[in-house]
Amino acid sequence: MKDTEGYTTADGRQIGGVLMELRNITLRFGGVVAINDISFDIREGEIRAIIGPNGAGKSSMLNIISGFYTPSEGELWYQGAKRPPMKPYEVARMGIARTFQNIALFEGMTVLDNVMTGRLTHMKANVFQQAIWKGFAQDEELANREKVERVIDFLEIQAIRKTPVGRLPYGLKKRVELARALAAEPSILLLDEPMAGMNVEEKEDMSRFILDVNDEFGTTICLIEHDMGVVMDLSDRVVVMDYGKKIGDGTPDEVRGNQDVIDAYLGVPH
Amino acid sequence: MANMAEGAAGLRSIPELLRRNATEFAGCPAYREKEFGIWQSWTWAETEQEIEALALGLINMGVARGDHIAIIGRNRPYLYWAMVSAQMVGAVPVPLYQDAVAEEMEYVLGHCGARFIIAADQEQVDKVIEIQDDLHQFEHLIYLDPRGMRKYDHTRLHEYSHVQAQGRAAYDELINELNRRRDALTYDDTCVMLYTSGTTGKPKGVVLSNRNIIESAKSASEFDGIRRDDAVLAYLPMAWVGDFIFSIGQGYYTGFCVNCPESAETLRTDLREIAPSYYFAPPRIFETLLTQIMIRMEDAGALKKRMFDYFMAHARAVGPKILDGKPVSAMDRLKYALGEVLVYGPLKNAMGFSKVRVGYTAGEAIGPEIFDFYRALGINLKQLYGQTEASVFITVQPDGEVRSDTVGVPAPGVEIRIGETGEVFYRSPGVFVEYYKNPESTASTKDAEGWVATGDAGFIEEGTGHLRIIDRAKDVGQMADGAMFAPKYVENKLKFYPDILEAVVFGAGRDRCMAFINIDLTAVGNWAERNNIAYASYQELAQHPRVLETIQAHIEEVNASVAQDEMLSGCQIHRFLVLHKELDADDGEMTRTRKVRRNVISDKFADLVTALYDGSDSVYTETEVTYEDGRKGQIKATLVIRDAKVVPVAQKVAAE
Repeated sequence: MKDTEGYTTADGRQIGGVLMELRNITLRFGGVVAINDISFDIREGEIRAIIGPNGAGKSSMLNIISGFYTPSEGELWYQGAKRPPMKPYEVARMGIARTFQNIALFEGMTVLDNVMTGRLTHMKANVFQQAIWKGFAQDEELANREKVERVIDFLEIQAIRKTPVGRLPYGLKKRVELARALAAEPSILLLDEPMAGMNVEEKEDMSRFILDVNDEFGTTICLIEHDMGVVMDLSDRVVVMDYGKKIGDGTPDEVRGNQDVIDAYLGVPH
Repeated sequence: MANMAEGAAGLRSIPELLRRNATEFAGCPAYREKEFGIWQSWTWAETEQEIEALALGLINMGVARGDHIAIIGRNRPYLYWAMVSAQMVGAVPVPLYQDAVAEEMEYVLGHCGARFIIAADQEQVDKVIEIQDDLHQFEHLIYLDPRGMRKYDHTRLHEYSHVQAQGRAAYDELINELNRRRDALTYDDTCVMLYTSGTTGKPKGVVLSNRNIIESAKSASEFDGIRRDDAVLAYLPMAWVGDFIFSIGQGYYTGFCVNCPESAETLRTDLREIAPSYYFAPPRIFETLLTQIMIRMEDAGALKKRMFDYFMAHARAVGPKILDGKPVSAMDRLKYALGEVLVYGPLKNAMGFSKVRVGYTAGEAIGPEIFDFYRALGINLKQLYGQTEASVFITVQPDGEVRSDTVGVPAPGVEIRIGETGEVFYRSPGVFVEYYKNPESTASTKDAEGWVATGDAGFIEEGTGHLRIIDRAKDVGQMADGAMFAPKYVENKLKFYPDILEAVVFGAGRDRCMAFINIDLTAVGNWAERNNIAYASYQELAQHPRVLETIQAHIEEVNASVAQDEMLSGCQIHRFLVLHKELDADDGEMTRTRKVRRNVISDKFADLVTALYDGSDSVYTETEVTYEDGRKGQIKATLVIRDAKVVPVAQKVAAE
């Protein structure tokens, strides 16, 4: 899989070359092997899903991509270069944004302020310029606010712009978190269970937003999700993990027919 | 008057008014829309450029004179421009209700034979695509918001900004043609075609000429002294004649600024930020707002609640008098001033009514208690009585003569007479030209001398000359014993209670009156929360015994009040039930302007009406509902029927 030409999806979207490649990743916590020798790639413009039963190591995988964990073994190639061990904020600056399984927003701050924090990696003004405010810092703030407003418009959260996040219902908080990640204008967007705990209507909304983000901004998306219906509908290619190992990789149809995957989900008599 | 016949130069059509405004008020704001968190604005000069660019683009696409161009979407400057662009190229704009389901749109689009459609976003485009095979004259669709539209087949779809860009590019070739078309517009050319919501039957296309719109806008603006520096918030459906008269007719005539909200959800915030000086809303909006205020006051602290109650009682007593300039004692004035600082002012600010100079409610009768609440706060809310066929204005209430039980005196230029059956007729420069492709209806509504039948029963009050509307002529009936039956009167009293969203009273030709009640989910839900009442669904809440008790108490209070009225004391409600679903326009039970369709409801829920009259204490029913996306489903429920106490009325002893 070293080609850079990409492929065309079932609905006619052109997917680009490899944006990120994980090579033989292993992650150990003491004696526990969370991830065991996994390799896969993420291509430009695609929606890539990671699925698997509980404890399969999906979130750990996402944490490796986002730089929160450093793999014990293996290499991570991003945009054609090997990525050295990095701090999460350095990874964020490289254009990788994420949302969290259990929402991590600033509850006391308004939606607008929360989404503005997503622009942090794009802000250059230093503390003195901030203190003077007029001039560089203000111009920068305005430019960033404009970007943020476009995201707010895109995700249709205008009505809650000034509402403290703590007062919002769960489904909306998830959307605000997506907004914050999008505000960073990432090249890869990592979504950790974006639909967990949502009702059908909220799931439909979220799915539409994910597809729209991919379609409008061309953002590459890597998501973890438990709802099989959603995964199979949304994603272009799926990685299946079980007990830290990769047991399947391919289009939703291929994965659905894979015997190992069926066994992992339905169980096999021992 | 020469002006009446032809329209003074520069005032003959909306595009001419635009030209005048772009010259005289070039730098003044014409439109504002909140987008990306700030109010974007366009001056009159910029507006003219935008409209011209679109008009050129339309000619470029092949729009011919006399074509109909349908416009679908929420209130946005771009769509108002689309209407004026259509007029500029000699076409007829036909705004549609944006919340209409595809089948409803199909009828209107087919009936007017729209070749071109301008739609706001993907949602509206999808609806048009769904029905396009049945629209034989439809050729091209222009969409405003490109979001999600990339993958669509673009052979018949065009983006709004691209059409404008093409128009600008073809400026040199097409500007002469545009000028020719614009200058050829006369006072009697069609200005707009609006489909009536129709409480009965299919919608009818009301053709209104430039004369109708401009004369009506002019006399109404002069009547209330509407000025260029007034501001309105455009949030009512663009397909409704009221919005057309206010946002386009009066807007272009006086040159005031039209502000468009960011989205339907942000309306309250936007209203507050704009603080319009001229405000218009159907009673429904005022009812909802009052309900929300009452709910919030229920949740407020004890001190605030007591202050609110105390000062509101005072305001109800003296507020309307102060507003009407009647004598009020100095002490009462002082107390009212204190109330203004402590309660009324902040309340008006929260509602966005701080600057309202002239406010109107129309479309339906408003409950007197609701009306008085706003008047008491010092908001100059007035009633007007109008129709699409009259370009809105038939009667209006002059300042100082505002009462909740009349709809005012004839608007300037309007003549009124009462027919033998009690039906109200009118004649004015605003009277519509015709119903499109429907000469029979035109003939049965408008006679050769230009008198139009309103379909409402009413009378002119002795002494004051004010018109009082009793009810829709069709709805006013007689009960079995010959007593007058006016359902609306009772329903409005019921709707004053925040818990009651909608009520439908039956009784024509019967011996007793019965009622369907719709609870207001916001109000009752809030009450349930405070009283620890658990419920899983609207249905369950609606049938909760304590909810029924509350509703029963309301009905009994209304009965007591109805009993006071000699003519209508027979309209007391004997039995009622609370409906298991909200009455909805998608199910055809209401019009898009939220008027109850009585006949549809009594047919659809015939089993419930029967149960009310046959004395059973509960009834099982199944109802079909239509979801917003057009899918259908079934709701099953067993509804409890309750008896309400009625006040015995002394039988009038015949004098003979």
